[in-house]
Amino acid sequence: MEQDINIKITDREGVTHNIVAPTDMAMNLMEVVRSYELAPEGTIGICGGMAMCASCQCYVLSNTELPEMQDDEEAMLSEAFYVKDNSRLGCQIQMTPEMEGLEVELAPES
Amino acid sequence: MIKTDILIIGAGPTGLFTVFEAGLLKLKCHLIDALPQPGGQCSELYPKKPIYDIPGFPEILADDLTKNLLEQCKQFEPGFTLGERAETIEKQEDGSFIVTTNKGTKHQAPVVAIAGGLGSFEPRKPLIDNIASFEDKGVEYMIKDPEIYRNKRVVIAGGGDSALDWSIFLSDVASEVTLIHRRNEFRGHLDSVEKVQELKNKGKINLVTPAEVINIVGHHKVEAVVVSQAEHIEREFEIDCDHFIPLFGLSPKLGPIANWGLEIEKNAIKVNNALDYQTNIPGIFAIGDVNTYPGKLKLILCGFHEATLMCQAAYQIINPGKKYVMKYTTVSGVDGFDGTRKEAPKAVVKAIN
Repeated sequence: MEQDINIKITDREGVTHNIVAPTDMAMNLMEVVRSYELAPEGTIGICGGMAMCASCQCYVLSNTELPEMQDDEEAMLSEAFYVKDNSRLGCQIQMTPEMEGLEVELAPES
Repeated sequence: MIKTDILIIGAGPTGLFTVFEAGLLKLKCHLIDALPQPGGQCSELYPKKPIYDIPGFPEILADDLTKNLLEQCKQFEPGFTLGERAETIEKQEDGSFIVTTNKGTKHQAPVVAIAGGLGSFEPRKPLIDNIASFEDKGVEYMIKDPEIYRNKRVVIAGGGDSALDWSIFLSDVASEVTLIHRRNEFRGHLDSVEKVQELKNKGKINLVTPAEVINIVGHHKVEAVVVSQAEHIEREFEIDCDHFIPLFGLSPKLGPIANWGLEIEKNAIKVNNALDYQTNIPGIFAIGDVNTYPGKLKLILCGFHEATLMCQAAYQIINPGKKYVMKYTTVSGVDGFDGTRKEAPKAVVKAIN
């Protein structure tokens, strides 16, 4: 489908998956991970996508231009563990055509 | 020993609605929850957020939904064991179950309904190598009794509401309060942020930002924490203290329920969705977000439906062979265990001349 994009997601076991994600279903990265079951249910997206739990934290590996971080995401990351400079919350990254080629790695569970 | 008809584990929306449906069948309920208040995620994670898919409510705040559910079931006088986590379950010879909490409170019931959502909320522990050896020796992840901090030196870490609120509260109790956060910005109610600012200006709270605790020092008990601060230049120093309280929020864990011999799949409990949401152990049901079956959706409205069907099956277990047909509340009204009665007003029958 022409509105689909290709992204790469490395799971918590270190396995990289080539993923096709729709851009017309208002999905975010956390939801894409869940729909492909790349992390066990109950270990990702616990708060449902409100930037309130950091269970969908990931490290952005590509140079993809991402939407700017909002206050609530920044605040949550400042309280999360295993945070690096390239940390983002998957639930705050919407799947849009601009995300084509995105590469991320899921942060450890905490 | 607390005895009841249906013992509900989890006082979230599904557990609370179970009390109402069970009450219509004259079954009494008691609820256990690890959190100190009812409401589950609705009160712990997102009390002030709106929900748009509760049938009949175009928009309702999570907090208000909890209040409404408590109001709806109150005439059925549910019992609560709050702030305790269900730890073990033992089947008795008469077919009933005894569930014991982490504080040793025992509950007995012929039917157990697990409405545990994503699990019990456990504090998130910071990644400090030696922190485990100081647990209950000066490191506490939750404040249960503020009095133990009286005239002590306390270090709190965290940037959310609980870190702010407890810093404010303890500034009147402890001899010294230090609040440490990785950023200068705090995420909390505006009042709390302003109050901390005021107390900092008065010298009643020692604020250390942007910084984080990286180690704990002491012999058999906390004597100091090592802090790394990264303002202008990075430096490390020790803060002498008697208690270190990291408040980094709570995350749900399935916990001891996972060891009850129930069939688990995808961190959830498998149930028979064709019939009554019973688990592989007869007499134990799982309803709401905690269960799984083909096509499962973790929605509050699905939990309500599951609770309703589960109660019918519970009735059969508790009253074997006893006849009953489902009644509409509009027709039969609601008779509370507290003697109250709600009923539809009678139609007026009057001649028109």
